Amino acid sequence: MHSSTNVSQTQIEMTARKNALRSQAIRNRLRTLVLQILVFALIVGSWQLLSSRHWIDPFFFSSPVDIVKHIETWVVDGTSAGPLYEHFVVTFEETVISFIIGTILGVVMGYLLGRNKLLSDIFGPYITMLNALPRVVLAPIFIVWFGLGMPSKVALGVTLTFFIVFFNAFQGVREVDRNLVNNALLLGANQRQLARHVIIPSALTWILSSLHTSFGFALTGAVVGEFIGATKGLGFLISEAQGSFDTTGVFAGMVLLSITSLLADWLVTRLERRFVVWRSTAK
Amino acid sequence: MTTERMVRYVAPDNASTPVINLKAVTKEYIKPTGEIHTVLQDINLQIGKGEFCSIVGPSGCGKSTTLNLIAGFEAPTAGKIQIGGTLLQGINPSAACVFQTDNTFPWKTVIDNVSLGLRLHGMKKSEAYEQARHWIERVGLKGFENHYPSRLSGGMRKRVALAQCLIMQPEILLMDESFSALDVHTRSVMENELLSIWEETSASVVFITHDLEEAIALSDRVIVMTAGPAATIKGDYRIDLERPRNVAEIRFDPEFLKLHQQIWNDLRDEVMTSYAQLH
Repeated sequence: MHSSTNVSQTQIEMTARKNALRSQAIRNRLRTLVLQILVFALIVGSWQLLSSRHWIDPFFFSSPVDIVKHIETWVVDGTSAGPLYEHFVVTFEETVISFIIGTILGVVMGYLLGRNKLLSDIFGPYITMLNALPRVVLAPIFIVWFGLGMPSKVALGVTLTFFIVFFNAFQGVREVDRNLVNNALLLGANQRQLARHVIIPSALTWILSSLHTSFGFALTGAVVGEFIGATKGLGFLISEAQGSFDTTGVFAGMVLLSITSLLADWLVTRLERRFVVWRSTAK
Repeated sequence: MTTERMVRYVAPDNASTPVINLKAVTKEYIKPTGEIHTVLQDINLQIGKGEFCSIVGPSGCGKSTTLNLIAGFEAPTAGKIQIGGTLLQGINPSAACVFQTDNTFPWKTVIDNVSLGLRLHGMKKSEAYEQARHWIERVGLKGFENHYPSRLSGGMRKRVALAQCLIMQPEILLMDESFSALDVHTRSVMENELLSIWEETSASVVFITHDLEEAIALSDRVIVMTAGPAATIKGDYRIDLERPRNVAEIRFDPEFLKLHQQIWNDLRDEVMTSYAQLH
């Protein structure tokens, strides 16, 4: 009897402590959220105030309310160049396609050059040289080569994403623990198995962390391409608005772009968690 | 435990072909300056079947290089290595190795780590898992099958490493300062564990260490290497201490102390030489 009451006593204490810790964690999270919202309200609110009192010129700086209204018009009535979702879909498609192509090329090339010293000695200097070139200057030539449609934007996006993924994959492959490679070889791995069981999983952390940056660059590629010459896309909308001195339009395009990239970042984070389970269980 | 264990030690049969045979092996590297650096010079070493052989020497003397050569990670510059009578080319197919740092693949669970060797040889997953479970239990990790290595302690990861090697039933078990990163207590537990598992197998062990006590306590034979560069074998001692041994207690055995003093006399000069080179 006595011991059982003791047990339940400690159990009650433990639950109490657990609950206290949990509510502490929730409180912390809540506080961060409140502060984040406050910062947002402060910036947007003062912008709105300055603009509506004409302390800054609404023609050049627009105002949050106008921007929201503008987006609403785009969503409801469509833009001057067709419905909004069409532009959104085009930009998103260009981004995703160039992201996928750039990532695959980057991983494959990174793997090959990382594993093969001769190849990396031969191609190393050329890759560094190409990477030093500001890729945006390629946009006009791609438009000449591939036209005003999607391929020219994809080509630009690929050149931007490729290098980031490539350098990370290359480094990741190079940094694989020598002992783990040797261990797998002794256990009987052939080259293909070595890649599958050791090198790729090891390089994956490097590659995945580069995907955040490279998706951003894919989006940049698409939008810059659309600035320079396009008939559709969010970049095209922004450049149209700019051409008619429609500041609100430019800002509206920017807001839509940041929503897109936030969404993409969230997706990449999910992907990352899915692939590196073994690391997150360390806690 | 102790009563069940068979007293296994049999003096290696020198008449048969040695499992490992290094013949006049030399290893040289070209330094970036263009000079040639000789790590090992004219090493002759035969290790018999089932023999537990330790190699001691001052740091940087080429102990690990010797091990790399036997594993087939590197090829000798001159001389040849025979494994079971056949010339070694490329990776040694009859060896497994417990490294100083981790053997375990952090992205694989314990059971996937242990069964990896069998899976690489094309065994069905269910069969490989069954054998792996047996070995995981053998090294005392039952219940940890689905843990990732990051959740295990250093000693437990060493156990996984041992199981990962031993499941392959290698003829040669290479150990490269395998226990030197462990704390003293874990280390002596692991040393005893290693001996008790090894005594049930017929594997030859090459154990690299800089700890002479560990070498004597575990081995049938201790090889002393000279200080590098151009290291070679200085002494070859037979350790005729009774088996099964308790690694923690054997260190107080008068026979042990005698051997220790004898080998240390040999080793000390090399350690001094190596120390002088560094300063």
